[in-house]
Amino acid sequence: METLMALLVGLLFTVGTYMVLSKNIVRIILGTAVFSHGAHLLLITMGGLKGGAAPLLDQGNDAFVDSLPQALILTAIVINFGVTAFFLVLAYRGYTELGTDDMNQLRGNKDE
Amino acid sequence: MNNLVIFPMLIPVIAGLIMIVFRHQITFQRVLSIVSTLAIAGVTVVLIQQVKAQGIQTIHLGGWEPPFGIVFVGDMFALILVLTSAVVAIACLFYAFSSIGRKRETFYFYAFVQFLLAGVIGSFLTGDLFNLFVCFEVMLLASYVLIALGGEKIQLRESLKYVLINVLSSMLFLISAGFLYGAVGTLNMAQLAERVAEAEQGGILTTIAILFLIVFGLKSALFLFFWLPGAYGAPPTAVAALFGALLTKVGIYALFRTFTLIFPHEPGITHTLLGIMAGATMLLGAIGAIAYQDIKRIVSYNVIVAVGFIIAGLAIFTMPSIEGAIYYLIHDMIAKALLFLLAGTVIYLTGQKWLKEIGGLIRHFPVLGWTFFIVVLALAGIPPLSGFIGKVLVTQGAIMEGSYVLAAIALGSSILVLYSLLKIFKNSFWGEAIMGKEEMEPLKLGMLIPCVFLAALSLAFGLGIEGISAYVTQAAETLMEPSKYIDAVLYNQ
Repeated sequence: METLMALLVGLLFTVGTYMVLSKNIVRIILGTAVFSHGAHLLLITMGGLKGGAAPLLDQGNDAFVDSLPQALILTAIVINFGVTAFFLVLAYRGYTELGTDDMNQLRGNKDE
Repeated sequence: MNNLVIFPMLIPVIAGLIMIVFRHQITFQRVLSIVSTLAIAGVTVVLIQQVKAQGIQTIHLGGWEPPFGIVFVGDMFALILVLTSAVVAIACLFYAFSSIGRKRETFYFYAFVQFLLAGVIGSFLTGDLFNLFVCFEVMLLASYVLIALGGEKIQLRESLKYVLINVLSSMLFLISAGFLYGAVGTLNMAQLAERVAEAEQGGILTTIAILFLIVFGLKSALFLFFWLPGAYGAPPTAVAALFGALLTKVGIYALFRTFTLIFPHEPGITHTLLGIMAGATMLLGAIGAIAYQDIKRIVSYNVIVAVGFIIAGLAIFTMPSIEGAIYYLIHDMIAKALLFLLAGTVIYLTGQKWLKEIGGLIRHFPVLGWTFFIVVLALAGIPPLSGFIGKVLVTQGAIMEGSYVLAAIALGSSILVLYSLLKIFKNSFWGEAIMGKEEMEPLKLGMLIPCVFLAALSLAFGLGIEGISAYVTQAAETLMEPSKYIDAVLYNQ
């Protein structure tokens, strides 16, 4: 299971990197979203996938799942959600003001 | 347990939330932002006295004992930085009152400054790697808004790149935290330090350490600084000054924490790498600073040189060099805010950012000119001013350890910094007056006073070094002996 997850995470990172390297700003944002999914899956794999019951100790469960990575991912998802929303709005506003969504045309001043 | 430790972060959060409700009451927001920032400074002064008398203060949120709960740790190093941030923020806020403009003010400018402060201070105080990530994000989200607020073309253009770089580096941070959790099974910094020491930092842990180095290098503009000059040139002066003074310093703080507390066991690899990166940062930053003719660029490259210099102190990793780095860190927060404010004022007065378009300002604005001269001297490290002691101690540490190359680069880069700033001083304040006074914007007192205040602070810091040295020494001792930090957090000693 861990090997499979590692392959999936690697695939997501590949796709994310590929998309972040493109010119179109919307593709870049989608790339960061894919990238973050990879990071979240990596985090939960690092906590250990084999396990068992919920971590309720007084129920007599000996084999229980580590709950910390899940708490971390939940926080990270929320943060990433906010950042992606802000980034999309920024890209839209940038498109209306600057008249382009091509990163190549968003370089510094001409006189530099 | 000391409940005061959470207050420096709690006060700006609450103040920011209140400000959101009173969107159109600008005067109220101004007063509240000053009151809140003063309150942070006040609480921090009390905490510093407590830490001096009783040792490191901690709070376990919700009564969950570490390593299970969230823990906030106030040690001397973090608290000194919190205090300096609050003081610098007061000056930048006063500058913003007269320069930021009504439009930005009604769009929650002051609230976001408070959230930025909350994120910065939270990053300094947290004792847990994941909360460091969260506080980083709080700070970054506020900074995204501040850099884009106003919606000018250059702001939108630069903020797109700034946000992208920071989103990617935050993902890398998350990934490295995940690897570290997988390797040692904890994220509490004190427990991490213990477990990494037990495992003697093998190959995998050193690799993770280098991943953290890349992440914090991106955040603090150590070597990976390509995003900084553009981003810091875009926002209005008061915001740029806040960024220049605070944001990269949080990355530097994180580097200090991770490489003195968690990963100090393989200095041959990690600290050598830090040294190489610091040297390259100083060289490239200095080259950038002398290459440009655009005031904002020159000032931005000066931020980069300082980052290299402070990290050089960490890379050398002896008591004097760490002490020197802390002195220089405090000095740099004050001086960089002042430099950004002065550069912004010159651009505001003349409406020009190119050096060749400006000249002879000192005839019309003598106080501004001499304040600029003070900051030039301070950044170059001329004795009675604040930069001197840091430069001496770091260089002394470098020579003691035999890192002659690093010492040479540090000294050489300060000469280039001096040259780059004197170029601004010579071109814009001396020389022939290109514009008459009536062609320029009038200088507002509200812009001049924060600059004079920061210059006085820089002078006071340089002259009062005797009074501060005990605190800085204590901060450096905690950094050099991780056991103090671990005992305070995990064993309540």
